[in-house]
Amino acid sequence: MEAGQRRGRVLIGKVGLDGHDRGAKFIARSLRDDGFEVIYTGIRHTPEEIASVAVQEDVDAIGISLLSGAHNELIPAMIHALCQADAGDIPVIVGGAIPQEDISYLKDKGVCEVLTTGTPTQTILDVFRMVANEYRQKKHTYE
Amino acid sequence: MNEIDGILKGIREGNPRTIGRAISAIEEGNHRAAAILQGINEGCVLAATILGITGPPGAGKSTLINQLISHYRIHGKRVGIVAIDPSSPVSGGAILGDRIRMMRHATDPGVIIRSMSTRGRVGGLCAAAGSAAKIMACSGCNPVIIETVGVGHLEIDIVGLADIVVFVLAPGFGDDVQAMKAGLIEMADVLVVNKADHAGADALIVDLKYATQGRDCQVCSTSATESRGIEDLANIIGNIAQRKRQTGQFIQKREKMLESEILHRAVELMRTKLKDRLMAQEEQIIGDPQDIVRKLLEEVCVTQLESKKR
Repeated sequence: MEAGQRRGRVLIGKVGLDGHDRGAKFIARSLRDDGFEVIYTGIRHTPEEIASVAVQEDVDAIGISLLSGAHNELIPAMIHALCQADAGDIPVIVGGAIPQEDISYLKDKGVCEVLTTGTPTQTILDVFRMVANEYRQKKHTYE
Repeated sequence: MNEIDGILKGIREGNPRTIGRAISAIEEGNHRAAAILQGINEGCVLAATILGITGPPGAGKSTLINQLISHYRIHGKRVGIVAIDPSSPVSGGAILGDRIRMMRHATDPGVIIRSMSTRGRVGGLCAAAGSAAKIMACSGCNPVIIETVGVGHLEIDIVGLADIVVFVLAPGFGDDVQAMKAGLIEMADVLVVNKADHAGADALIVDLKYATQGRDCQVCSTSATESRGIEDLANIIGNIAQRKRQTGQFIQKREKMLESEILHRAVELMRTKLKDRLMAQEEQIIGDPQDIVRKLLEEVCVTQLESKKR
């Protein structure tokens, strides 16, 4: 793929004590097949670790998979860590077992999209394409 | 202060956000890239040792680097890592997964890690690896470690980029004839038998020692998951670095690096030009490949010259 049409770099990982990584790995592979460069961090990381990786890797989007139910604590903590590192503008996409009633809370806290279980793969790819592309355009304008 | 000065200051201060963005600028080749690279303090780049870690897929390169980072951190050094993984020949995408083995150091401000995709390049590196290493050196990292993709015999680009090349092997990859074969194994400064706790490691060490007889190459063994042999490896690396600097080998090689960087860049540009030209042919290509190559080269060179005249 030529430089101009690159899909971008995205981080896929899991936070907290949640070892169910099949979904995250599936998404990582699907994104790779769609032309993304995927930084895969693996399981059981703190919000601060993920934020630090996202900054060093200068990713265009962060995708966090959560099936543990701890999203209302961990995701805002991660966004806080991103803001501390002057990276609060990196878009965050949350996927996994997220109850409908928590979605608006997460969005209030700065999450740009929530993809619950059962979302078709193509929809997920479309969201990543759109979000990452928008962020890249934005990066480009202040360059 | 203008924008580039701000970026350079951020790099020198070790600001991870600035470093991350600067490496992206260079990887994307945007208009800031040249200005950033020109502003890099050459003194820092010369002071830093660039360590190339290479070897076949699954030999334990990332795990070994994870241990080396711990070692250097104990000794108070700031460490930079450029970890390269292959891009997909099908989609152009990539899974950059070297970092998983190094997550222990994720929040350590003295460690900066950047995962990079080869973006179609062969040879074991990505085009921006050398520049990324320079930015890390400028931010005070010493050493800067470059992890190549999993390599075979001839992905030897790392030899042109690193001051010291460490080739990591593990038992079970082949017999003593493999150890005798030409290629990367001849170019390495250190051969590491990792997974030394596995069966066959001792035999591999013997084979490698025999294969490297009469040549300036050290053989050692590690077990990265058990954190064994790391101290010895780091000492060997340290001694080689010191010796190369004393004998002038270090500076000689750095001077050659620019040459190889230019050559690689030129070949890469040429490759796309040739490919575009070939794809643009309307009728089916038939005939002797050698003839076609000659014609193709002529055509591309002529078009280049003409476009220059205009």
